[in-house]
Parts: sequence; C-alpha cells; structure tokens
Amino acid sequence: MEDLIIIGAGPAGLTAGLYASRARLKTVLLEKLAPGGQILTTDWVENYPGFPEGLSGYELVDRMKRQAENFGLKIEGKEVVRLELTPEKKVVVTNKETMETKALILTTGASPRKLGIEGEGLLTGKGVSYCATCDGPFYRDQQVAVIGGGDTAVEEAIFLTKFASRVYLVHRRDELRATKLLQERIKAIEKVNLVWDSVPVRIVGQAGVEGIELKNVKTDEISTLPVEGVFVFVGYDPSNALLIDLPFQFDDFGFVKTDGNMQTAIPGVFAAGDIRSKILRQVSTAVGDGALAAFAAERYIEGHQV
Amino acid sequence: MSDILQVTDADFEEEIIKSELPVMVDFWAEWCGPCKIVGPTVEELAKEYEGKVKIAKMDVDSNRETPTKFGIRNIPTLILFKDGEVFQTIVGAHPKSHLEEELNKLL
Repeated sequence: MEDLIIIGAGPAGLTAGLYASRARLKTVLLEKLAPGGQILTTDWVENYPGFPEGLSGYELVDRMKRQAENFGLKIEGKEVVRLELTPEKKVVVTNKETMETKALILTTGASPRKLGIEGEGLLTGKGVSYCATCDGPFYRDQQVAVIGGGDTAVEEAIFLTKFASRVYLVHRRDELRATKLLQERIKAIEKVNLVWDSVPVRIVGQAGVEGIELKNVKTDEISTLPVEGVFVFVGYDPSNALLIDLPFQFDDFGFVKTDGNMQTAIPGVFAAGDIRSKILRQVSTAVGDGALAAFAAERYIEGHQV
Repeated sequence: MSDILQVTDADFEEEIIKSELPVMVDFWAEWCGPCKIVGPTVEELAKEYEGKVKIAKMDVDSNRETPTKFGIRNIPTLILFKDGEVFQTIVGAHPKSHLEEELNKLL
C-alpha cells in the first residue's frame, strides 16, 4: 500500500512529488512517457519567477525532476490503464501491476486541441504541427500559418519568424487574447501578417501542406493562404480519459473541478496543474497546485479535515 | 550520450536500407524538447530488441538529406523499416508499450 500515488510527471506532479517526499509520505509518481509534460514543447520560458534570463522548458522541468529526486521521489515509467476509486479504497491499475494507495493526486495534464477540419489528420506529420520548437527548423525560408490568438499562438509565431520567410497569424477575432507584452512584440515584427476575423476551414495538400483555406467570419468570404506549414495553437483539451466515467465533477470543457485545496468530488483524490478547472494554465500555477495538493493529501492521510 | 547507433546521411543506405534485420530510426534534434522524452525509451528498446531489430538515431540538424527524402516535417518521428522499405511511421511521443506493439509487428 502506498501513501500517495501521483499520475503524471509534469511540473504539477513533480512539485507534488517534491513536497510529498519531504513530508516522508511513501510516494510513487507514475509517468507513461518520461518526465516533462507540455512544457517540453516550449522553447523558452520567461515568466517563471526566479529565472530572470529565462530558460528552456526542458531545463526547467529537468531541474524540477532532479530536485524532487534529491528528496527521494520515486518516478516509475508505467502507464495507468484504469482507476477504481471510492471514498474507502483507491486502486490504480497500470500496464504492469495493480496498486493501492491512501491518497491520489491527478496531474495528467492537457494536450493541444485539434482544429477538427478536413486535411488536418491526413497532413499531421506532413506540415501540420502542434509544436513550433520541434518542427520550426523544417520551415526555413518557407511560409507558414499559425492558428490562434492566445499566448502560445503568439509566442510560437514569434519563434517561427527565426526560420520562416513569412508567418501568417490567423485569429477568429479582430484582437488578440495574448498578454499585452506579447502583442506589442508580434506587431513589431515585419515578417508577420495578422489575419483577423478568420477561421481555417480546410488544409490543402496530399503529400504535404500546400495551403490553408480560410473563411472570414464577418463576410463569409473564402480565401486560400499558400503556406507549407500550419501550426495549431487553439487551446488545450484535458487528458481525462481515465477519469471520465468516475464520479468527478467536470467543467464544460472536461477539466476536473476541485475545491481551493485541490480536492476533487472524491475524498482523498486531488487534482493539480493543467487537468484542473481554472482560468490560467502556466508552470507557475501548476507548481502552486502541486504543492497544495501534496499538503492536502498529507492531511487527508493523517485523518485531518482537508 | 549512449552507445546507441547514430546514423548519418552518408551511411544511411548501408546501415538502414541494406540492413538484414528490421530497423527503427529515431529522427531527433537537440532543439526538440519532446525528443528528449522519446530518446531514453528508444535506448531501452535498443537493448531489449538487440539481435531482433536494429535501432538507430539520426540527428536531423546535422543530416538534412535523409529527413527530406522521407518527408519528415515533425520530430520526434520514428520510422520502422523492413527489407529496406518504410513499414510504419510514428509521429510524436508515445508510451513504450505502444512502441513495443509496433516493433513486434516487424518480427
């Protein structure tokens, strides 16, 4: 029997693991890939406090992993296939074994939302991408489109100007949602064209992306941008496949609702980081969630009111 | 760096296309965060499948020709080859169990 199982080794899970290890809880952190999570796709993190020059997403999360392991956190490469959760008993079934735990922290995260339009599936890997850091360098001196208007879309569009000859930022409204500082930056870059009031309707091409068809939402006019890459940053979907049939409370988008101490509708089960219903998904909010969840889990295990 | 086979544009034909064993090649680059979570898994698989599947890595930053030839525009990408032909292409980071399933189809 474990005291605590944490599922998912991104910043929230690693921070929960750090706090739980220091609390001397018998803790296992399960991760189906390797530690990291979404932040690995970020080239440069410049809004995580304490690193005034910024650092790469990989380095930040690698530091978190090493810090947690320094206090004895055990990270195991196992994929969770099923959860059996009642207030009395918490069972985690992995691809290798069945484990029982006193408390559970869900840090399963989120993944990039797809556009859901024609050509997207066919051309993923052939010009449609959800990771500019990974794939940007393949587009040297080519034209690309970035879809979205939030922080990620704007940051990644700026990153892509290092390689692409032209970057079209396509947004469904006539103003960006991104942080003001990022808006100022992108508007100052000559290589960027802002395409307002437009939504993608089809990605064109067979062996590779040849263009993207856009619809102007105000005029209904259809136009085609001749691009060789389409980068999609239109938000995130919760990684909730394991959770969906269990008696959690979800928000309209499928993220897990918790109280202020990260406890879900199931006593002793906590959620932290991107999987949790909240208005800001950042490394800085994930680590705060993770610390709180671990502390609340400790109180739960000791029989206190959370 | 581990002792896993690193292939280049120059020896790709010899090492991969002409290989008698089936092959899996991990196309990666230093700049790519998600490649860093695939890398350790590929290295483990290289040990587990030794003698059954040849497993290699190619740095797409210093080798431009081969990735272009295979139309690679996203990394990490894993390509499985059998008898010199592309058998399966796997784009993105996937759990080890999924990669094992795909590798077993080569055997």
